[in-house]
Amino acid sequence: MRIIVCLKQVPNTNEVRINQETGTLIRDGVPSIMNPDDKNALEEALRIKDEHGAEVIAISMGPQQAKDILKEALAMGADDAVLITDRAFGGSDTWATATVLAAAIEKIGDYDIVFCGRQAIDGDTAQVGPEIAEFLDLPQVTYVNDIKVKNNSLNVSRFTEYGEYIFSVDTPVLLTAIKELNIPRYPTIKGILTAYDDEENVKIFTFNDLDVDPTQIGLKGSPTNVYKSFVPVKDKQSEMIEGTSSKEKAKTLIMKLSELHLV
Amino acid sequence: MERTKVNTQIDLSSYKDVWVIGELIEGKIHPVTLELIGEGKKLANDIQKKLKVVVVGDQVKEVADKLLYYGVDKVYYLEHELLKDFNTEAYTRAISNLIKEKKPEIVLIGATSIGRDIGPRIAAQVGTGLTADCTKLDIDEKDGKLLQTRPAFGGNLMATIICPKNRPQMSTVRPGVMSKAQHLASPSGEMEVIKPDLSEADLRVKLVEKISSGKKRVNLIDAKVVVSGGRGLKEASGFELIQQLANALNGEVGSSRAAVDSGWIESSHQVGQTGTTVRPDLYVACGISGAIQHQAGMHESKYIIAINKNPHAPIFEICDYGIVGDLYEVIPAIIESIHEKNFLEI
Repeated sequence: MRIIVCLKQVPNTNEVRINQETGTLIRDGVPSIMNPDDKNALEEALRIKDEHGAEVIAISMGPQQAKDILKEALAMGADDAVLITDRAFGGSDTWATATVLAAAIEKIGDYDIVFCGRQAIDGDTAQVGPEIAEFLDLPQVTYVNDIKVKNNSLNVSRFTEYGEYIFSVDTPVLLTAIKELNIPRYPTIKGILTAYDDEENVKIFTFNDLDVDPTQIGLKGSPTNVYKSFVPVKDKQSEMIEGTSSKEKAKTLIMKLSELHLV
Repeated sequence: MERTKVNTQIDLSSYKDVWVIGELIEGKIHPVTLELIGEGKKLANDIQKKLKVVVVGDQVKEVADKLLYYGVDKVYYLEHELLKDFNTEAYTRAISNLIKEKKPEIVLIGATSIGRDIGPRIAAQVGTGLTADCTKLDIDEKDGKLLQTRPAFGGNLMATIICPKNRPQMSTVRPGVMSKAQHLASPSGEMEVIKPDLSEADLRVKLVEKISSGKKRVNLIDAKVVVSGGRGLKEASGFELIQQLANALNGEVGSSRAAVDSGWIESSHQVGQTGTTVRPDLYVACGISGAIQHQAGMHESKYIIAINKNPHAPIFEICDYGIVGDLYEVIPAIIESIHEKNFLEI
């Protein structure tokens, strides 16, 4: 079995703060991480490898720095890693990103599962996975929280606000992972040493390596554009409840909530 | 494989009408459908076009009839026995073919797990852009294009997205944000049944079974009051206190990611970007610093109360009322005050 896992490098939103005066993100010193849902997808691919045998290939589209998460994927146990990088890909929306990733997946070829995270924490769109599936004409199951492998067929559980649904699907298939799927492993010391020792273990695909229509990628090939971005007007004033004791503060709070008919 | 392309200089003026893709849960109309009709009607008025609703299923005429009471111009109901249960490919194909044939200018879909599954697939099949999880939609007065606004980074930044060269302009819209259409005394508009051409071979993903979990699901989405605990609780037993406050306020228990990651509470309680998004009347954050990823899931609450030891915690920037103090003193005092107040009112 051959599994291709799509990974995105994202800023750790737990540590991103907003400069309220300038309305800009404070990115200084904010670490970049492997997108959490993508890490669940990678873990599941590695679990399938451990239990049934599989070749796991991690891919990421992004700038050179995205190599970091591919090294991490190798250290966790991925067999191969590919960075898809080119100026021509810059400014891509989900359509253009899925177009490039689909072309890279085609080039790698002979896959049984394409695995993505449900969504990335910097954009929250959850669109790239289903768009890749459509471009590659693959069946898809999103919001996956459990997988059982039976030869060339999978029993996949989809976890939603309405309950859990078990689907049966033959490979090849595209799946998107949610955090309920598993708890990602840590890289082993040996894995780290091998992954970081070899400078050349992350392959590179550029525009010239891919069979991709230049009118469908990058900023110009993106159907959606950002018209403007802005900081929402803060319409509430925070009021700190003062008092000499917890009891006094609690009483004041309940009085205020009572005026608002909240208690 | 032949795939669709965008930016092919299509004739934008040949696209008309605003469409809402309705959603049914177990044969009943999902509330987000009525919210989309309310919003869609506003947009249709602004561009002087018609509002049409699409419902998909097996034997859905009765439901389609009901939708005529919400002031829509037309309901297309797509019927096929293979559409009985939700199926990504069958639903995508049936809806995409109708979009290609009828050419709507705007298509709105609820940002539910179903809408977010088929939305991007439909956009990719039709050949257009899609904006996810919109919280505000407007028509540009200058040229009539759809301005799709969505929150980023926990609502601290907003981005307005456009889809200038492709049609339809497609958005998924967050449930619970738009105002529902009013139920009218008499029906209006017309109905048209569509029988999509589908075969078993179109359903590569097959439903085996639906599992309804025996224990009560945590219903954070519909809760009027949510009381959440975070790292400041310091240990799992702190959630007993959170539960007591939730009981006193008739609310549900939520948590930050830190508390889930520490193993103090199940992930189904997690509020935030990678958890559940809540919009209660009252949100009480106890021992939660308020990282952006948490704010993303709760900043739209009507009233926010924050209790934290650290006076500089970011949660105090977005709260209505803040109390600096040890939550193990403050929460019992609040519970006592609620009981005293209730006692006085009896």
